Parts: sequence; C-alpha cells; structure tokens
Amino acid sequence: MDAPQALADLVEISAQIESAVLARADGTVLASTLADEARAGAVAQEALALLEAARGPAGDPTQVEAALPDASFFVVRDEERLVAAVTGRDPTAGLVFYDLKTCLRMAAEEPVAAKNAASGPRRRKKKEDEEAVEGDA
Amino acid sequence: MRRLAGFLVAVGSLLGAAALWRRRAGKGREHVDVYFADGSAVTFDEGSEEAARLVPIARRALEQAQG
Repeated sequence: MDAPQALADLVEISAQIESAVLARADGTVLASTLADEARAGAVAQEALALLEAARGPAGDPTQVEAALPDASFFVVRDEERLVAAVTGRDPTAGLVFYDLKTCLRMAAEEPVAAKNAASGPRRRKKKEDEEAVEGDA
Repeated sequence: MRRLAGFLVAVGSLLGAAALWRRRAGKGREHVDVYFADGSAVTFDEGSEEAARLVPIARRALEQAQG
C-alpha cells in the first residue's frame, strides 16, 4: 500500500485523529492530511525533534504522546518511517497508538512484498525442504 | 439506624465526587509519555525538567498542524 492510501485509511478508521503526517525517518514528507505542504514538513520536523529530545537511557523512543490541555500530539516511528498525528483533548491513547502503528505497517507492506518477489524463492523454503529430508531419514 | 445509613450515603457521595474531580483534573494536565523499543515507558508530568523541554516542541507541532 502506498503512503497516501495508508494515511487516508488511518484518518478514516480513527475518529480521534484530526490530522496526520507520514514521513521518512529523515523527516521527508510522504503523505499528509494537511493542505499546506510547508506546514506538513514543519510538523514532521517537530516530530523528529520530539523523538530526538525524548531519547533516554533506554535508547531511542518508538512512541511519544504529548498531552496538552486542548489537544494531544502523537509520534510513532519504525526503522524507515514515522507518523505524527494530532487529536483532540483526552484521546484514548492506546487506540491512537494502535492505529498509527497499523498505518506504518501498511505503508511498509508494498516495498517488502516487492522485495520478496524480486529476490526469488525464500530461504525458508530451503530450510523446510532440509527438515523434510531429515524427517524422512 | 436510618441516620447511620444517611451518614454513609453522604460520605460515599463526597468520596465519589472527590474521585471524579481528581480524575477530571488529572486528565487536563500536561504530560508526555515516552515508550521505548525494550517495552519500557516513562511519563514526564507537568513541572518536570523533561516536560519543560518536550512540551514546547509538541506545542509548536500542534500550532503548525492546527494552523
């Protein structure tokens, strides 16, 4: 699934999310619900800055929720992308995090599938064959 | 007996109202929850040094997103 479709699905399934930005790990915007590209870029950069500033003894954070009196700002990242979202006040954080992680997973699906198709038969098949031979012996 | 029941109802109502008030007050306060890959998490409450560093970044992001 491409990034714009993953983000469109996110805002469709999550009634709590008011706006969201999907970006590469370096902050390059892949898709956004914001009409203004410059603002989408700024949100992605602030999301990166928040992840950087939240780094602690346990390493790099994977999820952050900043709850302010009138709204909350969420950031979730994986190895290649991050997604930032704005909700109203007092969101159900667990549900929002779940939806954001689903969005990241869906955005990553197509490249992984294409990579597997391009690399031919998977190594696991060979391993399974070896186990079958061992089983027969 | 009736007076004791009335007293208990009054005390229960007060405790319930206090719990509700505390819950609502807690919900509105600023805080930052940070989750790490190893499964650990930490909450920085309003007034902490970390929240003072992180909240302004989130506020700028919200300003950009909300226009």
